[in-house]
Amino acid sequence: MGLLFGGLWIGQNINLLPLGASANAPIYDELFKVLLTIGTILFLGMVVLVVYSLIRFRRRPGQTGDGAAIEGNLSLEILWTAIPAIVVLFVGLYSYDIYERMGGMQPLNHHANDASSHEHFNSGNGRIWGGIGSSSLATPQQSAAIPIDVTAMQFAFLFHYPKGDFISGELHLPKNQPVTLRMESKDVIHAFWVPEFRLKQDVIPGQPTILNFTPTKTGRYPIICAELCGPYHGGMRSTVVVEGAEEYQDWLLSNTKVSTSEK
Amino acid sequence: MTLANSSSNSEAIQKLQPTGWMKYISFSLDHKVIGLQYLVCGFIFYLIGGALAGAIRIELTTPISDFMPRDVYNQVLTLHGTIMIFLWIVPVVNGAFGNYLIPFYVGARDMAFPRLNAVAFWLIPPAGLMLISSYFITGAAESGWTAYPPLSITSPAAGQIIWIISVLLLGGSSIFGGINFIATILKLRQPNLKLMQLPMYCWAMLGTSILVVLSTPVLAGTLILLSFDIVAHTGFFNPSLGGNVIVYQHLFWFYSHPAVYIMVLPAFGLVSEILPVHCRKPLFGYTTMVYSIMAIVILGLVVWAHHMFTSGTPPWMRLFFTIATSFIAVPTGIKFFNWVATLWGGKISLNSAVLFSCGFIINFVLGGITGVALAQVPFDVHVHDTYFVVAHFHYIVYGGSVFVIFSSIYHWYPKFTGRMLNETLGRFHFLLTFIGFNLCFAPQHWLGLNGMPRRVAEYDPNFAFINQISSLGALLMAISTLPFLWNIIWSAFNGGIAGDNPWNALTPEWLTSSPPPIENWEGNAPLVTEPYGYGTINQEDLVEPTPESPSEESSQ
Ligand code: HEM
Ligand SMILES: [Cu+2]
Ligand SMILES: [Cu+2]
Repeated sequence: MGLLFGGLWIGQNINLLPLGASANAPIYDELFKVLLTIGTILFLGMVVLVVYSLIRFRRRPGQTGDGAAIEGNLSLEILWTAIPAIVVLFVGLYSYDIYERMGGMQPLNHHANDASSHEHFNSGNGRIWGGIGSSSLATPQQSAAIPIDVTAMQFAFLFHYPKGDFISGELHLPKNQPVTLRMESKDVIHAFWVPEFRLKQDVIPGQPTILNFTPTKTGRYPIICAELCGPYHGGMRSTVVVEGAEEYQDWLLSNTKVSTSEK
Repeated sequence: MTLANSSSNSEAIQKLQPTGWMKYISFSLDHKVIGLQYLVCGFIFYLIGGALAGAIRIELTTPISDFMPRDVYNQVLTLHGTIMIFLWIVPVVNGAFGNYLIPFYVGARDMAFPRLNAVAFWLIPPAGLMLISSYFITGAAESGWTAYPPLSITSPAAGQIIWIISVLLLGGSSIFGGINFIATILKLRQPNLKLMQLPMYCWAMLGTSILVVLSTPVLAGTLILLSFDIVAHTGFFNPSLGGNVIVYQHLFWFYSHPAVYIMVLPAFGLVSEILPVHCRKPLFGYTTMVYSIMAIVILGLVVWAHHMFTSGTPPWMRLFFTIATSFIAVPTGIKFFNWVATLWGGKISLNSAVLFSCGFIINFVLGGITGVALAQVPFDVHVHDTYFVVAHFHYIVYGGSVFVIFSSIYHWYPKFTGRMLNETLGRFHFLLTFIGFNLCFAPQHWLGLNGMPRRVAEYDPNFAFINQISSLGALLMAISTLPFLWNIIWSAFNGGIAGDNPWNALTPEWLTSSPPPIENWEGNAPLVTEPYGYGTINQEDLVEPTPESPSEESSQ
């Protein structure tokens, strides 16, 4: 009992995650809470069982002889086949539900075609695979997703905005607007990770990948390369700036001007 | 090849083997000598791999890259992973204990193919030395133990090629070993010994060897293709030549997920031998344990893509591999409950062997729980390739396999040497290791969740404090090897005389002298059909190696 409540309390009250800043972050955190609760109960239960047995059944000084010759017990063994089976079944179904709410089951090629105003993505012919889809919040306005092309190389991310046709080293995104990142690598495998978005997608040479999401909180968050890509892998970082619609438009315009006047 | 115990010819050959300590550096055909060769050789590599880990943890005490150059850091990281997996855990849980114990357990006088066995061992030292010397000559490989292309194709070629050759040799050694174990267990068993009467470690080794034989060749083929890409500029995995980098990942993990079971199934087997002896109780649920092992073997072959959830795998594949992976928790869970049931109601000696085994249970349960979490795609897309994964697999391979190796050394050292280890030092060793280990790896879960990727030499300064705690844990772990080393060296000369069977165990390796004679038993091999008959088999029967008359001795 105490174990159950202890697990529940820990699951509900201990926060191990960073700030959540995308539409699927709260869904993720919900899953995390459930997993942490179940995990804590199982782990503490096992620790208690082991430690209790070691103390209760330890050999006292001078004691001889053997323990009881119990070789098995069918109903007990059925019980503890059932415990992990039920837990795993529950966790599996629950995480499937979470995955669906995050939009993971939507066909990504469909998104890709929608958004493929950009030539080289048309040539992907069905080899465009992707990360998790956009979350439920984004589903209604799919067509409104902002397309951005991400190029990863040793050791930087470049963000190309088709709208203004310019390249930025920082990713700027408007709040509450779905985004589609269309990513490809120039050299080795990298990975695009924003811990605050709870999202990660490898950026692969020769195989474009897609990542859909919706940022929901303004702020500056780190973009981290998560796949070993060479000596400066640890330094391969950038920043995503989530801002209000107006600031975003201003930023977009100012950059568009600069890049056209430079030409 | 001749079967060892079927020809007198092989006996003659054994007589020609060197004796004394010389035999341990010779091409000995004695399975016990080979087993100890594996053990000592593996332990030396463990010390080297541990020193590399120390270097990594020193680098990570500060958020900037200041202890060694960045490319050297990646070399150290690659060497650490490769050494720990291919030169320490795999050879020791399989080669060392397998060679030493399996012939005893099946009632044979040696392995099925003694020469192949010696060859398998002697592939290891040159492969290991080559791998390590590559650091000094050309610079070692720097693309991680996974060697993902195109990084492994574009980074300096010499080190990568040497890495491939060493891993191929080690894989070959492992396959030879696997074939030998399968043949020994199935073909050299005493005629009246049924499969379902074998000690659990035999089943674990049978399952593991099946995995080795099925999956290692795939790794070998993959690495050969990779080496073609590097030296001959073929385009199997090179995207700039039309190759596909994802195919490499599928092939690599088709071996390397089973490889994690190659590291842990034998450990499961060893724990199943150790606990009943010191709890004085039969192993609980023998039959379900056997079926669990086989279920793990089968499931273990179809879960590899859970390492590739962010590699652009299509949704159906993500789902399939989530489900398959989660279900491995069922047979695994059964085994853990059965071990606890073995403890329950026993008369447990709280010695070092038991402590390390119970430490293993606790650590592994945590690693298994994070494993099931990682198997869930939506969870994994956040923490994949972060320190959370580093924590997960160290809980499994260190908290699991390495704890079991220590437990096994405490348990079988009297048999290996004829002398007892010092218990106080042993418990001290356990305490330091357990605290150090948890201090080192538990905080890494948090690091991963909060944004620290793995395989980096520099990181967000906000993580510095937690990294320092982790490094402190690593320091404790390093210190904890000192009492152990002292203990095994000092006790070899000064330990109390063990006698044949200091633990009053029932399995056949204890029914002979310590250390055992060349042919394992002076007379006929005993037929042990109840290796776990504690509480039913009379203690006196242990003196004579004919434990075939269960008497009425009750268990009070
Ligand atoms: C309950 C059983 C287990 C489950 C469900 C499980 C699940 C997983 C998953 C899903 C990953 C991939 C995480 C990622 O990279 O995002 C992983 C990684 C890993 N697991 Fe486990 N695991 C289990 C047991 C084991 C065992 C028994 C071992 C070894 C003895 C092991 C060793 C590893 C290693 C070495 C990695 C990291 C490989 C790498 O990327 O270098 N795991 N595990
Ligand atoms: Cu990178
Ligand atoms: Cu795996």
